Amino acid sequence: MARRENPEINAGSMADIAFLLLIFFLVTTTMNVDSGVSKKLSEKPPADYVPPVIKEKNIFEVNINRNNELLVEGERMEIKDLKDAAIAFINNGGGEGKVEDGIATGLCDYCNSVRKNDEPKTSESSSDHPNKAIITVQSDRLTEYGTYIKVQNELLRAYTDLRNRLSNKRYGMSFDALEESYDGDKTNEALRKKVEDIKTSYPQIISDAEPTS
Amino acid sequence: MSKFRKKKKGMPAVNTAALPDIVFMLLFFFMVTTTMRETDLRIENPRLPSASEVKKLEHKSLVCTIYVGKSKDPNRDGVGYNKIQLNDKIASADQVPAFIINARTKVSEAEVPFMTTSIKADKESNVGTITDIRIKLRDVNALKISYSASKGAGN
Repeated sequence: MARRENPEINAGSMADIAFLLLIFFLVTTTMNVDSGVSKKLSEKPPADYVPPVIKEKNIFEVNINRNNELLVEGERMEIKDLKDAAIAFINNGGGEGKVEDGIATGLCDYCNSVRKNDEPKTSESSSDHPNKAIITVQSDRLTEYGTYIKVQNELLRAYTDLRNRLSNKRYGMSFDALEESYDGDKTNEALRKKVEDIKTSYPQIISDAEPTS
Repeated sequence: MSKFRKKKKGMPAVNTAALPDIVFMLLFFFMVTTTMRETDLRIENPRLPSASEVKKLEHKSLVCTIYVGKSKDPNRDGVGYNKIQLNDKIASADQVPAFIINARTKVSEAEVPFMTTSIKADKESNVGTITDIRIKLRDVNALKISYSASKGAGN
């Protein structure tokens, strides 16, 4: 009977300890998820590789000089106009598509249906088919990286825009929504086919030329 | 007057018994969301370009990051926005293949094709530096890359 009552543990400093931990985690925490413009490099060509001959009209040439100015198909252009120019080039549909696994893709039957009214009509001097349209970006070694990313972004936006339009036309939802629902349900064959269909209709072919020095 | 004085005397203390609870709640939140910075930055935190067509990088264990930017210590590393940081030291583009191969040893063989290289470069870096890295990456068949950018309007 030495002790009459249980002495209470002093919890007054508990808050201090918790604060200390809290501040530690506050300082070390980084919430941002890494995101970026993703790109797939082409494989290293073998030594005896002969590049295929590509018609000049199927190549959309973008040059960025060391002062971060743009030269598109031989003409100066502002970055804000690049997207529309790229769309007009990709979605031209002036001829036969490429032959894949012995199957000719033929004329671009969807190019006209997704074209907006204010966009130029099919031109003989522009690309044959979206799957033949190649965009090549050549930059100077001293070009600013920020500008380079802006250009890449504009070109990707052109593709996204076209894919969205076609997807809206065919499946009644944007391509982003389509991909999202496929990501949520990877086993859905029908969705996979739809995504594949849009992707092959407008394949992203953006190549990087060796920079000038 | 005496009545008023009496009231003033017994100023009730604010009950702080629930304070630890609140703090603990915040603490747990930050503990759960925290990710430790794995490498010390030898370069100044790169000002990432902004882009609208960004994709989130999934599977953090399959991502290796290359930083490009301005050195924090210009006396030792030199000036300019084209310093490359691999792991936690300043390196040159020639060391990129070794860096990638080293990173590959840490993941299982089946996952190697899904590895992504994230390039965190400052806006003012030069494309030449990025191209050098890209050529080295292609040499070791690390073909998936992501140019780190913050999500924005892209203009």
